[in-house]
Amino acid sequence: MTLDYKGATEKYEPTLGLEVHVELNTNSKMFCSCATEFGAEPNTQTCPVCLGLPGALPVVNGKAIESTILIGLALNCSIAPYSRFARKNYFYPDMPKNFQTSQYDEPICVDGYLDVEIETDEGPKVFRVDIERVHMEEDTGKSLHVGGSTGRIHGAEYSLLDYNRAGIPLVEIVTRIIPGTGKYAPQVARAYVTQLRDILRSLGVSDVKMEQGSLRCDANVSLAPIGSGLLGTRSETKNVNSLRSVERALTGEIERQANRLEAGERIIQETRHFLEESGLTRPGRSKEQAEDYRYFPEPDLVPVTPDAKWIEELRAKLPENPADRRKRLQKEWNVPDSEMNSLINAELVDVVEETIKLGAEPTRARTWWLGEISRLANEKEVAPTSLITTAFVAEIIALITSGDLTDKLARQVVEGVVNGEGSPKQVIEKRGLKVVSDDSALMVAIEAAIAAQPDTAERIRGGNIPAAGALIGAVMKATGGQADAAKVRELLLKHLGQG
Amino acid sequence: MAAISRDDVAHLAKLARVEMTPDELDHMATELDQILGAVKRVQEVATADIAPTSHPLSMSNVFRDDVVKPSLTNEEALSGAPAKAEDRFKVPQILGEE
Ligand SMILES: [Zn+2]
Repeated sequence: MTLDYKGATEKYEPTLGLEVHVELNTNSKMFCSCATEFGAEPNTQTCPVCLGLPGALPVVNGKAIESTILIGLALNCSIAPYSRFARKNYFYPDMPKNFQTSQYDEPICVDGYLDVEIETDEGPKVFRVDIERVHMEEDTGKSLHVGGSTGRIHGAEYSLLDYNRAGIPLVEIVTRIIPGTGKYAPQVARAYVTQLRDILRSLGVSDVKMEQGSLRCDANVSLAPIGSGLLGTRSETKNVNSLRSVERALTGEIERQANRLEAGERIIQETRHFLEESGLTRPGRSKEQAEDYRYFPEPDLVPVTPDAKWIEELRAKLPENPADRRKRLQKEWNVPDSEMNSLINAELVDVVEETIKLGAEPTRARTWWLGEISRLANEKEVAPTSLITTAFVAEIIALITSGDLTDKLARQVVEGVVNGEGSPKQVIEKRGLKVVSDDSALMVAIEAAIAAQPDTAERIRGGNIPAAGALIGAVMKATGGQADAAKVRELLLKHLGQG
Repeated sequence: MAAISRDDVAHLAKLARVEMTPDELDHMATELDQILGAVKRVQEVATADIAPTSHPLSMSNVFRDDVVKPSLTNEEALSGAPAKAEDRFKVPQILGEE
């Protein structure tokens, strides 16, 4: 019988381990002055150092060290007073030097933690994820495998290498094993990577774009029978390129391992690749033994020895922790969990905060971003933030608050701005979108409405105030929605002796 | 007993993708063993009060500013490549690896 995820986690206890690689957003590479820009023409951002030409000498990018220390501090790590680079030797064409400059037993940051909160059957629960180390290394080149029936590497006839990415500063963040998550293992992993991404973004040290590969996650998991106290053999799933995939990959892998164990087979320690389409993993190359990398201290680089003064200067620069910031904003905005979660899931917290800072009324700022702008973004399948600037949204909201625009007109302004018709002012001008606030113009429409529905008008005169809705509707229709409904109501009731 | 065996040399040769004949393996194993033996003499003078070092100069924190300088052109970068295609280095297929 095949176990599903529920069955698998009722019988087996998963133990997690996560390795996250982050490309730093420095201008230049880790050990040379080549640019790091994403998407440049192939092999136009290389030099003798990052091509591994004989005699070239690397020099460490100070900004990258600073960013790494910031990451370590944000993750509650100790900063090592002495750390060194090491050569990780391996033969593969993505690294032209035939070694990757990395760190081995002397990483820059050690022993940190990150608390992540997830929703469980018993309500919100915090899991502490212990961080073993944060170390510096360099990214590899990009290979393109050409030929063969499937285009996959096994069938490839040759490979083409672009070394623009080789040597971009890369930080590896490694957790200790994370026990005790039970069936929540995939959610804990996702929450951890999400929170890590938010922290890295708030530090401004990386673009953290999983789809572009500037944030990558390798997920390790092993299973042992519940209560056995044992630690099973783990597999490592690579190629996990979105937050959702982190969760899916682990769910699939836990199921796969449980069913192997059920069938009496053993788990092989191996690297597996996540398949985005199916949510399954397939085996990759078998794990090389650590000693096969023949690590040794990099003789071309001197040690990094940050003093307490430097570390404290960097600590003082740390921004507010994103999770704390959200809690604070939620309190300030006085919104329920559900709305805050909607804002977080839609990644709108930052823009809403910015829009409010620009003077927009808080409730309107949230409603417009979550409502109309998100709706348009969904239609166009883009991010809401790519449609309109916070300044324009604040400007439109200010016009609503002042009574110059109705919600209906404001929607047309937003639509105009999104369609590239210019700034809110220009759209209002071009489309002639202005609240009809001229009393005499409104009165003409009001009198026309009364003339068309004399019975209704009579009922209002007789004290039936709710009946006014029909006449207000007629006036709004006659003015093409450009009147302020409250104003119409006020004038109408006054005119009929009810004001 | 030798510090480095013929099997060690064969393993290293495989990792470094260096093809070696049986004669070369024998020769290299002997030679490397002698080199290791010579280097080992350093341990006789190294005492507890001397920390291991990976660099002859006692320097640390040598950093450069994060400033971009011109790279090689694509033509320059590829000028030493044995084979190239589509502005990239062309390398033989790699079997059994990812
Ligand atoms: Zn370079």
